[in-house]
Amino acid sequence: MFGNFDFEIIERTWPYLFYVGMAFTIKLTIVAMLGGIMAGTLLAMGRLSHLRVISILAGGYVNLIRSVPLVLVIFWFYFLVPYIGAWLIGSHEPIKVGDYTSALVTFILFEAAYYCEIMRAGIQSVSRGQVYAAYALGMNYWQMMGQVVLPQAFRNMIPLLLTQTIVLFQDVSLVYVLSLTDFVGAADKVAHRDGRLTEMYLFVALVYFVICFTLSTIVKRLQMRVAIVR
Amino acid sequence: MIELKNVSKWYGSFQVLDDCSTSVQRGEVVVVCGPSGSGKSTLIKTVNGLEPFQKGEIWVDGISVGAKGTDLPRLRARVGMVFQHFELFPHLSVSQNLNLGQIKVLGRSREEATQKGLLYLDRVGLAAHRDKFPGELSGGQQQRVAIARALAMDPIAMLFDEPTSALDPEMINEVLDVMVQLAREGMTMMVVTHEMGFAKKVAHRVVFMDKGVIVEDCEKEEFFGAPRSERAHAFLSKILTH
Repeated sequence: MFGNFDFEIIERTWPYLFYVGMAFTIKLTIVAMLGGIMAGTLLAMGRLSHLRVISILAGGYVNLIRSVPLVLVIFWFYFLVPYIGAWLIGSHEPIKVGDYTSALVTFILFEAAYYCEIMRAGIQSVSRGQVYAAYALGMNYWQMMGQVVLPQAFRNMIPLLLTQTIVLFQDVSLVYVLSLTDFVGAADKVAHRDGRLTEMYLFVALVYFVICFTLSTIVKRLQMRVAIVR
Repeated sequence: MIELKNVSKWYGSFQVLDDCSTSVQRGEVVVVCGPSGSGKSTLIKTVNGLEPFQKGEIWVDGISVGAKGTDLPRLRARVGMVFQHFELFPHLSVSQNLNLGQIKVLGRSREEATQKGLLYLDRVGLAAHRDKFPGELSGGQQQRVAIARALAMDPIAMLFDEPTSALDPEMINEVLDVMVQLAREGMTMMVVTHEMGFAKKVAHRVVFMDKGVIVEDCEKEEFFGAPRSERAHAFLSKILTH
């Protein structure tokens, strides 16, 4: 069955696949994860806020983003970000946003909605008594959150945050719609050039499987270890 | 020092506090007791504004707790509080627990905070445990750390919300000993507790609550000698039979 297959293409092109394609995928994943967790944490605090306007706005945003496909959001932001940017700085012309920046903003804003729900569960996993204790020491809201609640929430949620990041790692392949060259995009290019689509796609699938499976296994191990001793 | 005037509080349509008035003078120890669900924990949490109330006034050292413009964090920093479930911060070591409020709220330097913290840890007999995490300590030890954490803020008064009711019996005394010592040093204390031995030993006054109402508010001798209300009689006879 593999008689006509020629896996030599991988041997020839792997530096390009990994140093260009995979490097881009990993970079976008990490930056989007950091930005997404930060934005998601703020959104979670917003959703749990006693100020109704804030909690309704944050909730609306999260529910909207979570109910549309990522590809659609990528298109939206790709076409909208130049205009929003122009509006923000008061310019009449749409500003020039590179494809990479556009993709990055999109992923941060999109993943923030998912990280938000994880952080919300994390914040709610910290007992009310901890909040009382922080306030009783004279802390204000931001100190209470920053010093007492978020460190515990974050720690409780590390496994879920990482699981979401694995999903993000896979989702990054959707940047092909913006003609950016991630791992899949790089593989796709050389595969078309050399007419070796099947071999290349098999290889790409294998790489994704190995990375994601390894990470999931690590997350599972971590899950048992991070639980805080009370 | 602490004065409550006609305080009422509702959860929805359910009234948890009904026209409660009492006071704690400087250097006075007031024990608040009563059956569970009588509103005593809620009452003590209104004193430093952890629980809002809808009617009445609460004054702490001349500052109105319920007033709109009151800087609650600043007021709370001056009133120590100890909780039923200790509420040490589990992600921080014992000495970090003692430092946090001192550094972030009072603006003390790390050295000063650590020194002060160690002083109070030593007072509760736990200086040797300063690098441990709360999860590594027994309940009684955790509660003593919690008391030290509150004292390190140099409070003008201390609030205790059932400090011994989550403890195993053999650990109750080590916590009560610290509290007795504190009371004898003249600390202003408001203590919600079922420990009538503690009340007899150091309390000046006893407040008895039932169903959100302050039923008795009198000198200790009077309360244990001849309480006027039937409900206080019934409560005491249940609690003091053993």
